[in-house]
Amino acid sequence: MAEMVNRPLPTDFPNDPRVPEELRNNVFITTLDKLYNWGRKRSMWPMLFGLACCAIEMIATAASRHDLARFGWELMRASPRQADLMIVAGTVTKKMVPQIVRLYNQMPEPRYVIAMGACATAGGPFKEGYNVVSGIDKFIPVDVYITGCPPRPEALLHSFIKLQQKIEQQSLRTVPWYRPGADDVIPVPMLGPDLVDMRRAEEIRQKAAAAQQPIAAQEG
Amino acid sequence: MAEETPRSEAQAPSAPPSAAKPAPAAKPAAAPKAAGHGAAKAVPLATLTPEMQQLQQHFGENVIAPAPYVGVLLQDKSRLPEVAAYLRDELKYDSVTNLTAVDYIKDGYFEVVYHFQRSTGGEPLTLKVRVPRPQGNDLSEPVPSITSIYAGADFQEREVYDMYGIPFSGHPDLRRILLWEGFYGWPLRKDWREAYYEGDTKPFDSRWPGGHHQLAEERVPWADNVNYPPGFDPLNFHANPDAGLYDSMAEGVPGLKVATKNGHSESETTVLGNGQALAEDEELRTDQIIVNMGPQHPSTHGVLRMVVKLDGETVTDLKLVLGYLHRNHEKIGERNTWLHNIPYTDRLDYIVGMANEWGYVLTVEKMMGIKPTERAEYLRVLMAELTRIQSHFWAIGFLLNDLGAFYTPALYFITERDLILDFFESVTGSRLMCNYFRFGGVSRDLTEAQLAQVKELAFERIPRKIDELEELLTDNEIVKARTIGVGYLPADRSINYSLTGPCLRAAGVPYDIRRADPYGIYDRFDFEIPVLYGADVYDRYRIRVLEMRESLKIVQQCLQQMEQTKWGDIQAGKKAYNHRVPAGQAYARVETPKGELGFYLVSDGGQNPYRYHIRSSSFINLTSLKEMVVGHKVADAVVILGSLDIVLGEVDR
Ligand code: SF4
Repeated sequence: MAEMVNRPLPTDFPNDPRVPEELRNNVFITTLDKLYNWGRKRSMWPMLFGLACCAIEMIATAASRHDLARFGWELMRASPRQADLMIVAGTVTKKMVPQIVRLYNQMPEPRYVIAMGACATAGGPFKEGYNVVSGIDKFIPVDVYITGCPPRPEALLHSFIKLQQKIEQQSLRTVPWYRPGADDVIPVPMLGPDLVDMRRAEEIRQKAAAAQQPIAAQEG
Repeated sequence: MAEETPRSEAQAPSAPPSAAKPAPAAKPAAAPKAAGHGAAKAVPLATLTPEMQQLQQHFGENVIAPAPYVGVLLQDKSRLPEVAAYLRDELKYDSVTNLTAVDYIKDGYFEVVYHFQRSTGGEPLTLKVRVPRPQGNDLSEPVPSITSIYAGADFQEREVYDMYGIPFSGHPDLRRILLWEGFYGWPLRKDWREAYYEGDTKPFDSRWPGGHHQLAEERVPWADNVNYPPGFDPLNFHANPDAGLYDSMAEGVPGLKVATKNGHSESETTVLGNGQALAEDEELRTDQIIVNMGPQHPSTHGVLRMVVKLDGETVTDLKLVLGYLHRNHEKIGERNTWLHNIPYTDRLDYIVGMANEWGYVLTVEKMMGIKPTERAEYLRVLMAELTRIQSHFWAIGFLLNDLGAFYTPALYFITERDLILDFFESVTGSRLMCNYFRFGGVSRDLTEAQLAQVKELAFERIPRKIDELEELLTDNEIVKARTIGVGYLPADRSINYSLTGPCLRAAGVPYDIRRADPYGIYDRFDFEIPVLYGADVYDRYRIRVLEMRESLKIVQQCLQQMEQTKWGDIQAGKKAYNHRVPAGQAYARVETPKGELGFYLVSDGGQNPYRYHIRSSSFINLTSLKEMVVGHKVADAVVILGSLDIVLGEVDR
């Protein structure tokens, strides 16, 4: 397959003697990548999943005025197993993040994530809050970030177009989901005395064992 | 609404012993705000209303004393249930509309504050109870629960427990409500610090003046927004954030396993269910099952989690798990300056931003003793009523979604809502987060074009669309079949549950803050408070339609009367960045489209609220959901939830 993808396209295709006369206006030659990506990018199924205020703008985007269906993205699925796009629309709280990671793990590859708005990107206006995660990318990989609080529907549409461009760039040879290790699940964070990122568990254990006092926040 | 706040002279914010700030530990930058706090000056005591005097006469002056600033103080907290019962039965305060606590760390006590309300209207009665502050992270002494007298206290007491570690003895299900079981510490205590703690009050030096860029992650010991107790071992830890949740639901559920604790333990799992739901002689013995709906579920209007116990399809028990959108408004609000908090209120109930702003601004104005200009008053009413219309469009659209009319009605109504949002955007600069209200006014006036835009909406388009909406839905067979008699909750129970807003008025109680405890200039408009008596989902739908028509009437009158006012006169006094609010306390509320939104604010005379509490209608309305749902089919549970019209931003705050 790699060979096929690599082979340069004939430039003088209409004059190529190997192509029969009657087919010359009916045959297109393209790469498998292009065809594959063209199909994928126009039929994304986002997950029906909102967290906070940004979700209201996401709904507005899906409604008649902005009309997500123009992009072939209107089929919002409530089940992660049927979705290929997670729009993290709103503030990610510590209490919610185990569920978000679990939902992400349940989505089949290829899957994409859009971080919508300031909160999902970095914690937003609530960053200092004790129950707020400073951006969903602390746990799951994000493909497109949008600024705004909330981003306007147009901004969300823009992020879709950006994601389409990203998909266009992908190649079957290099995409991670056909490679070994692609189905690694992200460890679901735990709600103990505080949120525990299980990937850092060992480090946390050592640090906490060394501490006599609660490691409180330092003075400014 | 108004609790009179003493206007202490601005120069010497007489440090009330009851409203002292925590010592800004070794942080000189915070010192200027604390200036003058040492001075011992008498705290003004509240003037007693006739009701308070009656209470005092009945219980004696040793039991009921005037509290600082507002309300009365109950000296002996063990007599609280007795006092509550007297308030309910003799003084006819039939609901507890607000219940919260304040940490007076300098004086060494917590104060639990109750606001009792009469469903016939008038100001609430403020009752305070004190408990000594405990050491460190310990629980404080318990306060008697009043849930058996006022069902509406249920979630509110749990919230106080969750935030302050004050247990309520006799509460039927005292668990953490916004956070999870096992969370380390009690976040609203003044000596509890969040992981990204930078200072007690804003503006922080790192930001202003001479701000410099620094990532919070680089500044804190764990390099993230987390904090663990010493010796915590995540690799040998049994996490059970739901501890206790299923305990009381286990009856009749075979083999339900629950872990009883969140902590380091070997095995703490017990089998609770016994599967003996029905009597042995029943022909068909069915097992009950527990189903978790949410927090990711298309019908829960956001990140709400309903735990339902089902017998077949019938709901036999229901519990709610909240807090999946707990964004710590109150902790952040106590660090913010007074002005900072206005845009945050937009994000409480994010459908109705400007209604929330009004509640907050009104409370602060009450404490500062200022009044907005005439023109600003009209602009406020205009914005608040348009907000009500667009919120009800949204609510009805999504109620129909829950009924199974997937998207079509919602799409119609979102179109209309968008037109109103366009107007908001052109005036304020944002569709949802308008940040429009200011202390003493609003931020911008309308241009001619905007005026024309809103007139077109108010006189032409929206009335027509409401007619269309009614034509589509009100006599629709399916709507009627699915909603009439569903989710019934009679008036007396609704009041006892502290239900407010359209749901209460659909149960036959004509209680609307705009008339019951007027604010703004609502007395100048000719409008009705619609009341219906069905107390079911259908009437909750119909009342919203009626309210939209009344709001429209107000908007129309408002636009006409506004012509008499002076263009551009939208701010009383000078625009200010830094506000100092005289020491004192106030509780004020407005009628948002969801119900009563109240703010309980305590000021110590500084630039920041000492206590910033939000009385949220969405949160308290949910208390009654169980009683509405039990006995119905699970599909109806979704509809009943939709009829309450909650917004999670305000539920969890
Ligand atoms: S970015 Fe702003 S609008 Fe979006 S969820 Fe956060 S606070 Fe709400």
